[in-house]
Amino acid sequence: MSTRQFLASAGLAGVLSAAVFSGAYAASARDHITIVGSSTVYPFATVVVEQFGKTTSFKTPKVESTGSGGGLKLFCSGVGVQHPDVTNASRRIKSSEVNKCKKNGVKDIIEVKIGYDGIAIANSKKAGQFKLSRKDIFLALAHKIPGPDGKLVSNPNKTWKDVNASLPNTKIEVLGPPPTSGTRDAFNELAMGGGAKKIDDLKKLRKMKRGAPEIKDMMKKLGIPMSVWTAYEKKKGKAPKGKDIFKQVAYAIREDGAFIEAGENDNLIVQKLEANSNALGVFGFSFLDQNLDKVQGSLVDGVAPSFETIADNSYPISRPLYFYVKKAHVGVIPGIREFLSEFTSDKAWGDEGYLSERGLIPMPTAERAKFAADAKNLTPLNMK
Amino acid sequence: MSKKSRTIDIVRAGMKKRKAAETRFRLYGLAAIALGLIFLSLLFVSIVANGYTAFAQSYVEIEVYIDPDRIDPEGKREDSVLSRADYGGLVKATLREMFPEVRSRRDKRQLYRLVSTGASYEIREMVLEDPELIGQKISVWVPVDDEIDMLLKGHIDRNSPEADRRVKDKQIAWVDKLISEEKIEKRFNTIFFTAGDSRDPELAGIWGAAAGSFFTLIVTLILSFPIGVAAAVYLEEFAPQNRFTDFIEVNINNLAAVPSIVFGLLGLAVFINFFGMPRSAPIVGGLVLTLMTLPTIIIASRAALKSVPPSIREAALGIGASPMQTMVYHVLPLAMPGMLTGTIIGMAQALGESAPLLMIGMVAFIVDIPQGAFDPSTVLPVQIYLWADSPERAFVERTSAAIMVLLAFLITMNALAVMLRKRFERRW
Repeated sequence: MSTRQFLASAGLAGVLSAAVFSGAYAASARDHITIVGSSTVYPFATVVVEQFGKTTSFKTPKVESTGSGGGLKLFCSGVGVQHPDVTNASRRIKSSEVNKCKKNGVKDIIEVKIGYDGIAIANSKKAGQFKLSRKDIFLALAHKIPGPDGKLVSNPNKTWKDVNASLPNTKIEVLGPPPTSGTRDAFNELAMGGGAKKIDDLKKLRKMKRGAPEIKDMMKKLGIPMSVWTAYEKKKGKAPKGKDIFKQVAYAIREDGAFIEAGENDNLIVQKLEANSNALGVFGFSFLDQNLDKVQGSLVDGVAPSFETIADNSYPISRPLYFYVKKAHVGVIPGIREFLSEFTSDKAWGDEGYLSERGLIPMPTAERAKFAADAKNLTPLNMK
Repeated sequence: MSKKSRTIDIVRAGMKKRKAAETRFRLYGLAAIALGLIFLSLLFVSIVANGYTAFAQSYVEIEVYIDPDRIDPEGKREDSVLSRADYGGLVKATLREMFPEVRSRRDKRQLYRLVSTGASYEIREMVLEDPELIGQKISVWVPVDDEIDMLLKGHIDRNSPEADRRVKDKQIAWVDKLISEEKIEKRFNTIFFTAGDSRDPELAGIWGAAAGSFFTLIVTLILSFPIGVAAAVYLEEFAPQNRFTDFIEVNINNLAAVPSIVFGLLGLAVFINFFGMPRSAPIVGGLVLTLMTLPTIIIASRAALKSVPPSIREAALGIGASPMQTMVYHVLPLAMPGMLTGTIIGMAQALGESAPLLMIGMVAFIVDIPQGAFDPSTVLPVQIYLWADSPERAFVERTSAAIMVLLAFLITMNALAVMLRKRFERRW
């Protein structure tokens, strides 16, 4: 009996102490900035954070890599010390996310664009450099491509030569990021989508207005089953735009082994490329920059990925990077204003700043000035 | 007679086959062990071969003039002024002085990249500690930049074309000059064992993660050991045998096989979202890992209790001890080594766990070393994961070195478990 009493009291004590601990914590303010978000921005944010922590009297902020979507979800969950102050994103915030933020009381969000990132398609130095077009990429990697009669067929291309006679006669083998990755989203949109746009029927499909009857005609012509339309209608409660159907075709990557999902670890892809000189790999530009002795970036539409070509926008597969700040937390959590001024200073994100050394591609001076001013005046985001 | 000889004939005829089967049977076992050992040694060899270089770091000697005009133009020696001063500028001026022939802006930028950014932090610390240094010329050994370190360790090939290297020809010439002047030397990498995480590989250390692991494990131990032992004692010695206790037993055995990420999700929902506890804190990590290790400890403790001979209980009860006295003074001490073994193995499991911590925000970049169970922190396996994912090449060797440190901890803990078992096992 005494044991039973002992157990009961021990259990009670455990629950009570947990409650006391949590109460004590919630009451006390947080003294460090909490940052969540994109794994692409993570290597840049962490450098700024470290510099900030070592050169000011504030505590070093904490950075978690949760992915862009996950970060915005946490960020929008509310105002208060238990919610993050800053989130990084490798894409712009969506209006649905802004609305969700508003619903949870996060009204004023400060948007800061920090620069650009390129996506490289690289292979081992032991093999020749590839000269690809976005259309080649689409034709090599899409799940379905238009056949000779214009109808979509399962991708028949086995070698690069099948795709484009000027390419080498090697098996198509591409290592890339999994669908959870922001790099994959950008690759889908810019490379796959960009390539699909070069095919006439798909280009026409993409331009069609929401619910237009010609979408159905085009779907028939391409051999897309009507169930795609009805499934969309059921899910979203409205008829699809041409672009919605286009995305389903353009962003679907083949699953017959030609495209290998290699996990989020870009270092691993570099190592695998070194071991297999026939394979191509898809990863962020900073990894190409660090491993130029092992791998080379392929030319895309005749442009090689380099610092300069991404900065002047001539390299087609590049995307902007952002971070978002909760205005309600400025002045509550110490150091947010100072953190913003560190991130937006020229010594960080300038042409010769320490972020550019890490592979971030800086914005033009005028754009930098605009976002630095927004950050300084805490101008909230206005989605129009 | 003829029947008897026939039996023996059959036995003899089959003898060779049976012996061969026996030998084969043993060989299968040996082969399995050999294969296991080969894989284990392959793993160790590749980790050690990749990682041993991380225990050394190249340092360069620079003579820095702590210029009062730069650091403290007003001469008031106030801490607020001194802590914000431009120490990076001092290091750059020193480098320019060492290589006066470097003129162009581009070359200067390359020159500045010889020395780690940590040099300015180090000089800042020295000046803050002893403001008397201002105005003096001091000679300090500071870490070289991670890329130069990679060059000196042979991880960057000097003979590859210049465009393919991150270390340029001019930088190599400067480094060679410094080597010939004996101003560069390799030292034991104390930073690796004393610093927190950093994005500069030469400044990154595992101490922050080790401290986080320590706090997390302490919380786990404090909670899981008493609860686990109490549960095991009750279930084994006092609980009535009925459907309800059977149900509990089945559930405990099931919990031991639940994937650890599930406990992380539970921790996120209960401790963080419901109780409002802080993200990324060892207290939450410890709670989650407690849930994970409890079944292991309960099962091991029950096995230990079961192995105590009934004669001991009966003797104690026979001379008039109460059931509780029997338990506390006679059975528990005898079962304790087994319980501790189970606990240590459970703790070792918890030390190597990273998946559940992902959900509660302990996979994060944290520079400051945690001072308690409520400070944000990461743990060793998470640190390994984060470094493995970093683009800088110098993190490759540091990843392997961190794995070696984690393995050392695990081996120590498991050896302790074996030792306890060996030492106290047979007392009756």
